[in-house]
Amino acid sequence: MTPDNRAKALSPTIVIENPWERLRAFTDARIGLGRAGVSLPTKQLLAFQLAHAQAQDAVHCPLECDALASELIETLSLSVPPIRLHSQAEDRAMYLQRPDYGRRLSDGSRQQLQQATESGQRFDLAVVIVDGLSALAVQQNSAPFLTALHRAFAHDQNEWQLAPLTVVEQGRVAIGDEVGALLNADAVLVMIGERPGLSSPDSLGLYMTWAPEVGLKDDRRNCISNVRPAGLKPEEAARRLLLLLAEARQRKLSGVQLKDRSEDSVLEGAAGGSTQNFLVAD
Amino acid sequence: MAQTYHTTVGSRRYRFNGLAELMAKATPPRSGDRLAGVIAESAEERVVAQMVLAELPLTTFLNDVLIPYEQDEITRLIIDDHDTNAFAPLRHLTVGDFRNWLLSDHATSDVLAAVRAGITPEMAAAVSKLMRNQDLMLVAKKCQVTTAFRNTIGLPGRLSTRLQPNHPTDDVTGIAASILDGLLYGSGDAVIGINPATDNVAQSVKLMRLMDDVIQKYEIPTQSCVLTHVTNTLEAIEQGAPVDLVFQSIGGTEATNRSFGFDLSTLAEAEAAAQTLNRGTVGRNVMYFETGQGSSLSADAHHGLDQQTCEARAYAVARKFNPLLVNTVVGFIGPEYLYDGKEITRAGLEDHFCGKLLGVPMGCDVCYTNHASADQNDMDNLLTLLGVAGCSFVMGIPGSDDIMLNYQTTSFHDALYARRVLGLKAAPEFEEWLAKMQIFQDVSAYRLNDQLPAAFANSLRHLPKEPSRDA
Repeated sequence: MTPDNRAKALSPTIVIENPWERLRAFTDARIGLGRAGVSLPTKQLLAFQLAHAQAQDAVHCPLECDALASELIETLSLSVPPIRLHSQAEDRAMYLQRPDYGRRLSDGSRQQLQQATESGQRFDLAVVIVDGLSALAVQQNSAPFLTALHRAFAHDQNEWQLAPLTVVEQGRVAIGDEVGALLNADAVLVMIGERPGLSSPDSLGLYMTWAPEVGLKDDRRNCISNVRPAGLKPEEAARRLLLLLAEARQRKLSGVQLKDRSEDSVLEGAAGGSTQNFLVAD
Repeated sequence: MAQTYHTTVGSRRYRFNGLAELMAKATPPRSGDRLAGVIAESAEERVVAQMVLAELPLTTFLNDVLIPYEQDEITRLIIDDHDTNAFAPLRHLTVGDFRNWLLSDHATSDVLAAVRAGITPEMAAAVSKLMRNQDLMLVAKKCQVTTAFRNTIGLPGRLSTRLQPNHPTDDVTGIAASILDGLLYGSGDAVIGINPATDNVAQSVKLMRLMDDVIQKYEIPTQSCVLTHVTNTLEAIEQGAPVDLVFQSIGGTEATNRSFGFDLSTLAEAEAAAQTLNRGTVGRNVMYFETGQGSSLSADAHHGLDQQTCEARAYAVARKFNPLLVNTVVGFIGPEYLYDGKEITRAGLEDHFCGKLLGVPMGCDVCYTNHASADQNDMDNLLTLLGVAGCSFVMGIPGSDDIMLNYQTTSFHDALYARRVLGLKAAPEFEEWLAKMQIFQDVSAYRLNDQLPAAFANSLRHLPKEPSRDA
């Protein structure tokens, strides 16, 4: 026996481990953490602190617009760089306290867009990248998702005339309505960093609105959530979005009246499924 | 028509246009009132408003209603259900006197219970604005509110927990794993309550069955709830689903509740439907409500009121339908309504106080989001303060991390800390079960069993070999 093991054998167990820890194979929930007395063991305490630190950093870390723009130009072979815009919220502190500022473009950005669309050309869709509450999500998932979306468009029977790509800093979902309206787009897609969870600081949300205009409420939008490497894959997200877009285009509406049919089969399967589980097995 | 209030401090004359403005400006600072544009413009103005408010007779709130009677069914509920006899001992008091009276030795638990029906949410909100945190705790602790279904919630010296086994895809094995974890840490006497990831009737029924199976198999003296829309639960009842508690998020104005898709008649129908199932064994409280400051502003339905007054009005809705549990989800809404740990703490104590004063079985989801300026230390503080104040229940979730709703709330470990440090116990029926199942080695000494209890060791043998969750 090594001295280390002897010390362990002689001293009482300080950290009680949970024999059901192996259930962690079935969920990302922080189960079976063990305990010191009734408290979290140091190892688990620090693991939590790290996750929280990462989530907070995701909220406060600014979007690196130049890096994102170059990446998008290269991967999507864009002929013109994305148009960079800013909301009325000057900084993160203001952004967090004034959601209304985050929903509207700054005066400078509005004028910039008005000048860019003087020709009056109409588009089928405007794609708006918005930092939201996680620049990390946008930084990491934008290029893979847009690559998948462009591929999906290329194979679609409809032709999709895309407005110039825009990137908005300190923005909320509704700012897409203003951008889409100024760009003369029939529909707008907002790609936004979602509120970071402890286990998912990098989740991208997709919000689609038909006939965008300033002042629309959430009931006019359709949402596809949790796009990230460990969540919904870019190809699947693009597939679902295209179904929504096609139906929105055909029925000229979006939101609660436009059900996300792409999930129907999944839902029925899940809802009709068995409730059998190890806790109630005989 | 709104009464204006004036006062002069030094050389400055202050004027408040109406009761709503006076109450808003008397409110301790928080970001939601700033967002709504109703906050005091200076620290001095806030205290001046509190001084003016302190001079107002309580009867003012019966005559000068904040949202017109004709426009709002919650105002009508508050006025029509006001009990004049219960109010008689308070009738002569001002708001400032009311604070003194609540803190005085005259206001015993029995007396507070007797005057309850005479207190309106606006009176509770007004007096809370004059109170320090210690006042909110001291008076709340005197207010006893006891409810029951399969166990008894809110007895003195007890702190219950909602076991919240949420899963991002409602995976049954994942949910069962979190339930097991919670039960083995002594959690779940308030309710086992799931926020479904997929919010429809079929999915809700499935989750109800899952929890009902577990409760029956292990004979757990507790109740289950799927936190889906009240109309979904009504449909589930019609389909014969095992519904213990009916859930609904509620707000303090009719317009807020309409934006949530229900009105008071929906809740009455739901309470009656759940009661006909007769599933409770020691009581008939069948409703579970959630609230939270900021919901009315968020729904653009606040009528110019401050968010705490709107919140207190939601408790008038709650108490009408005899809930088993009411939960203020205090830090969930985000920093635009409650900016940091200090604002969340204050709001949690206010909500608990107002709820208990009005006779509501108040618990608190002590929580924060990652974009709020708050952390685990703030949660430790609020949890401890609420334990001191006699809070009925808090949440219990594995490792504080809700992987479905993406926020942090109190963990199973946290609840045991609070019970240990404050000498609080689980609901008596549940506590007995914890001992019987050998989950605790010694319940009274708060010592968990170091070994896996036999009934659960057996269940773990049925574990599937391969994870069923999506890659």
